[in-house]
Amino acid sequence: MSVAAGLATAAWRRYRAGRQRRTSPVLIASAAVIVLATFVAVAGPLLAPYNPDLPDLSQYFVGPTPDHLLGFDAQGRDVLSRLLVGARTSMLGPLAVTLMCMTLGSLLAVTAAWRGGIIDAFISSGLDILFAFPGILLAVLAAAVFGAGLLAPVLALSVAYTPYVARVLRGAALRERAQPYIAALEVQGASSVAICLRHLIPNMLHLIVAQATTLFGYAMVDLAAISFLGLGVQPPSADWGVMVSENQQGIIQGFPIPALAAGVCIVFVVIAFNLLGERLYERGEARR
Amino acid sequence: MGPAESVHLRFFVRRLAMLLVSLLVASFVIFAAIYLAPGNPIAALSGGRSLPPDSLHVLEARYHLDQPFIVQYWYWLSNAFHGNLGISITLRENVSDLIASRISTTAGLVLYSSILIIVIGVGLGILSGFKRGLLDTSTLVITAISASLPAFVAAIVLILVFAVQLQWFPSLGNGVGFIDQVRHLTLPAFALAVSSLAIVARVTRAAIREEARREHVQTAVSRGIPTAELIRRHVLRNAAIPITTISGITVASLIAVAAVVEVVFGLAGLGAYLVQSAQSKDLAVVQGISLLLVTTFVVMNVLVDVLYAVLDPRVSLGSRAQ
Repeated sequence: MSVAAGLATAAWRRYRAGRQRRTSPVLIASAAVIVLATFVAVAGPLLAPYNPDLPDLSQYFVGPTPDHLLGFDAQGRDVLSRLLVGARTSMLGPLAVTLMCMTLGSLLAVTAAWRGGIIDAFISSGLDILFAFPGILLAVLAAAVFGAGLLAPVLALSVAYTPYVARVLRGAALRERAQPYIAALEVQGASSVAICLRHLIPNMLHLIVAQATTLFGYAMVDLAAISFLGLGVQPPSADWGVMVSENQQGIIQGFPIPALAAGVCIVFVVIAFNLLGERLYERGEARR
Repeated sequence: MGPAESVHLRFFVRRLAMLLVSLLVASFVIFAAIYLAPGNPIAALSGGRSLPPDSLHVLEARYHLDQPFIVQYWYWLSNAFHGNLGISITLRENVSDLIASRISTTAGLVLYSSILIIVIGVGLGILSGFKRGLLDTSTLVITAISASLPAFVAAIVLILVFAVQLQWFPSLGNGVGFIDQVRHLTLPAFALAVSSLAIVARVTRAAIREEARREHVQTAVSRGIPTAELIRRHVLRNAAIPITTISGITVASLIAVAAVVEVVFGLAGLGAYLVQSAQSKDLAVVQGISLLLVTTFVVMNVLVDVLYAVLDPRVSLGSRAQ
């Protein structure tokens, strides 16, 4: 196991430990932001007051009016409508990364911890090698080869994040595997798959959920960056990362609202996921 | 050579072997990805014109396209090892030359950001670690927010405030001459540093709190050792280990994120060039830059590991106990 990676985890735990325990209003606020963002991602097109894709160049960067609360973007489209509709791809991408990464990571972690020996060594060194690829770089490479769009970067990020997830889960699975109740089940003749699925994984669930929550935030930042770079979601589709890039010129020209509004949406959701992830992690640790 | 040194040596050798394997696998992935990419390299070379069979064979032989995959990989890798990364399809120049002309911008940006992260991040962490109160609380709140700030959002906010409103710094381009270049790199460096800086500050703060609680520090306090010496000799020396490693790891991760910042600020760096080449499907450039960035990233991570083993003798003691 590479020391740097293990240290990153230890440092991360320290970073989390720095948080104070009481403030549950933060937890409620985070959950509220996530619920709201999810709702908009599902119902966005129904909520949008105007057509998000209809350009009107006479409305170039026109500021907020009572009818158009956030004004118009560089192509004269309603910013609020684009934000509401763009929530879908902005949330769906990270969700896909999280699901794939957690499935792959749990599978590898539990297999490595359960079988041990040469299989563990093989999986662990494979994960160490995978650490060589920074997520964004792998996503850019994937987009270059397989074409821009959401699919290639999502797959690339899922692969790039798997070692981070699998490393933590492998440690937890090893600890769980050493518990007497697992040995008891084995003596009673329960099959390995049944023990893992019914007992081992459910007992690690708090950690899996906490990891998934934090991972969602990271995936959102990276996917938004990829879309911002023009390699992810393609314009004219509404997406928060794309919106920052489309309206970047407005920052210099004195019309900052469209780009900032999309940026604020990303930051709020990411903060909410990070804070929630930290709290879930602490609760899991406290329960152990 | 005592047993401690031999354990150290074995650790370094194992780490070096892992480094080589990582680089080999990474280079293989980069080559294979481009090899599998849709599109015919001959068509790219000829600019889409159809060629007579004779020149086709000549081209195939020259670029080893008639050889099996693994042989092509070997040619590519040994060429890359000699600094020959092929030719850019769009610019018709050597990829190595194109990389060389852009490397200083990226290196400068990452270096500037690293200095900010280490000076401000560690400084803030130490201050808020030792002093409870308003500074500590505000550091906690601000770092909680900025740790979640994507670099490109930080960038547009910095442009809005410091380039458009206050007009202290330029928002675009590289600049000419050293002072002007530093001025042009200031906002990009802060944008790149901001989230890592927050993480480093928080880890530093937590490490110092953890050390200050330890028994040997309490004993030193009760023996009446002066505060300055206490902080320097008992707290900072032990806290230095996690602080150094988190700084190293975050600085290594800047290499990839620099691309985003370079694009926002229109800097002619490697990352921006990588993105541009990815968009125009100039795959030789994508290969070359990816290989360089991954190599740098892996080497830096190994350096952090080695530094850790040097700083903390318990690493090798632990492996001896096995």
